[in-house]
Amino acid sequence: MSHHVVEVRDLSFAYPDGTEALKGVSFRIEHGAAVALIGGNGAGKSTLLLHLNGYLPTRRGEVLIGDTLLTRETAALARRAIGMVFQDPDDQLFMPTVAEDVAFGPLNAGLPPDQAEQRVASALARVGMAHLRDRPPYRLSAGEKRAVAIATVLAMSPDILLLDEPSSNLDPRGRRRLIDLLRSFEHTRMIATHDLELVVEVCSRVIVLDGGRIVADGPTRDILNDEALMLAHALERPHILRHSHPH
Amino acid sequence: MAATDWIQIGRMDDLARMDTPVHRLDARAKAVVTFVFIGVVMSFPRHAISSLTPLLLYPVALVSLGRIPVRYLARKILIAAPFALVIGIFNPLLDREPVAAIGPVAISGGWVSFGSIMFRFLLTVGAALALVACTGMNRLGAGLERLGVPRVFVVQLLFLYRYLFVVSDQAAKMKRSAEIRSSGRPLRLRFYGSMIGHLLLRSMDRAERVYRAMVARGFDGEVRLLRPSAFRWSDAVFVIGWVLLFVSARAWNLADGFGRLITGGSL
Repeated sequence: MSHHVVEVRDLSFAYPDGTEALKGVSFRIEHGAAVALIGGNGAGKSTLLLHLNGYLPTRRGEVLIGDTLLTRETAALARRAIGMVFQDPDDQLFMPTVAEDVAFGPLNAGLPPDQAEQRVASALARVGMAHLRDRPPYRLSAGEKRAVAIATVLAMSPDILLLDEPSSNLDPRGRRRLIDLLRSFEHTRMIATHDLELVVEVCSRVIVLDGGRIVADGPTRDILNDEALMLAHALERPHILRHSHPH
Repeated sequence: MAATDWIQIGRMDDLARMDTPVHRLDARAKAVVTFVFIGVVMSFPRHAISSLTPLLLYPVALVSLGRIPVRYLARKILIAAPFALVIGIFNPLLDREPVAAIGPVAISGGWVSFGSIMFRFLLTVGAALALVACTGMNRLGAGLERLGVPRVFVVQLLFLYRYLFVVSDQAAKMKRSAEIRSSGRPLRLRFYGSMIGHLLLRSMDRAERVYRAMVARGFDGEVRLLRPSAFRWSDAVFVIGWVLLFVSARAWNLADGFGRLITGGSL
């Protein structure tokens, strides 16, 4: 199942205004892994995610989604393998009802309406939001919006999930549900977040980004327990690790 | 949400989710009848008032059969009323020729046509709002599309409706935070200028992000909608019945005829 692998080689990117957002980033994520992408504001997390789903063109370096080298031509194909959950669910839920929003991707992929309908039902059931299918998205709570945004992506049966700040604006219960949901996925996952406690619970590996460079990459507990490293890069050692003892 | 939803559009969606005979009609049938209705109302001569009265039946039927709260609808109509007032207000000044008299008071043609404009406004805006309230914007959009309205327009309309909430919510938040810092003084016009500018810039940013999210899910320029709906016999009867009524109300003064019928004589 090599197509669930994400590989980035020496990726650099500068925005048109000259801001260098990424400076030679390289990593490889294996099938089924859950990897956290952490770092301060402006470290380059969102820019990196936008490269992985082919929204920003790869100018210097390479991005491989499975065996496919991401180019302008292959971007549409690669996007079928990649499900991207954006930071603000209001950007992601643009259709008049929840069901239509979830159906948007499958219908674009060319599925006939009855099959799209099945995808809608199972994706909503997967995130526990089947009862909301006919509601307009703007009337949902933040937690519901987030869950539905994830369902819109699941309905496209992606191999790889990219999530940008999935726990922002959630109440503790909503956040707990999200964590359980993320843990239950078997997809290859990359989660950009400031929520380090979520990282501890969901991810086995952490990549730390600062100023567009990878400054650390390794097992979650090793990295997050490195207090000097955390403080040097606008982060902190999460409480959950301070108080937990190895058994 | 509720506090910032200043024109209570959200309530429209609640109303649209009810289940009444009017709600069950096909969106296309209701849209066609409403368009014909508006066209017919507009086509009356400018001093028409009494001959327009039978047309009240359509919005009243939608409202009562669709169980739409009258008070809510009336408030929505009032929001749009200034536009009609501005259009009609000069008629009494321009057209002073008396055309009727109530006791000693002569009524000029201008006042009659002003009254006619306001009455038409009530009819058309009332019918349009009742249409949305008993159909829902989404089904209406899908119906319009199947009637042959270009998809680009329908999609624009649905997006406008979708993001109206987000933008009005943002505007309300900006206004609140400005008020908190204004020490009780009223906000100056300059603030509203810059607020509109900010809203525009934010909306453009959001448009970019929404587009990004659409592309990420395979958007290729065409919006595909789920939602097969069937045009049934009852829909056809609905369309034919109303159109016949509108046309006969336009051709003959039904109110006048009815009056003569019950008083049993000529004028």
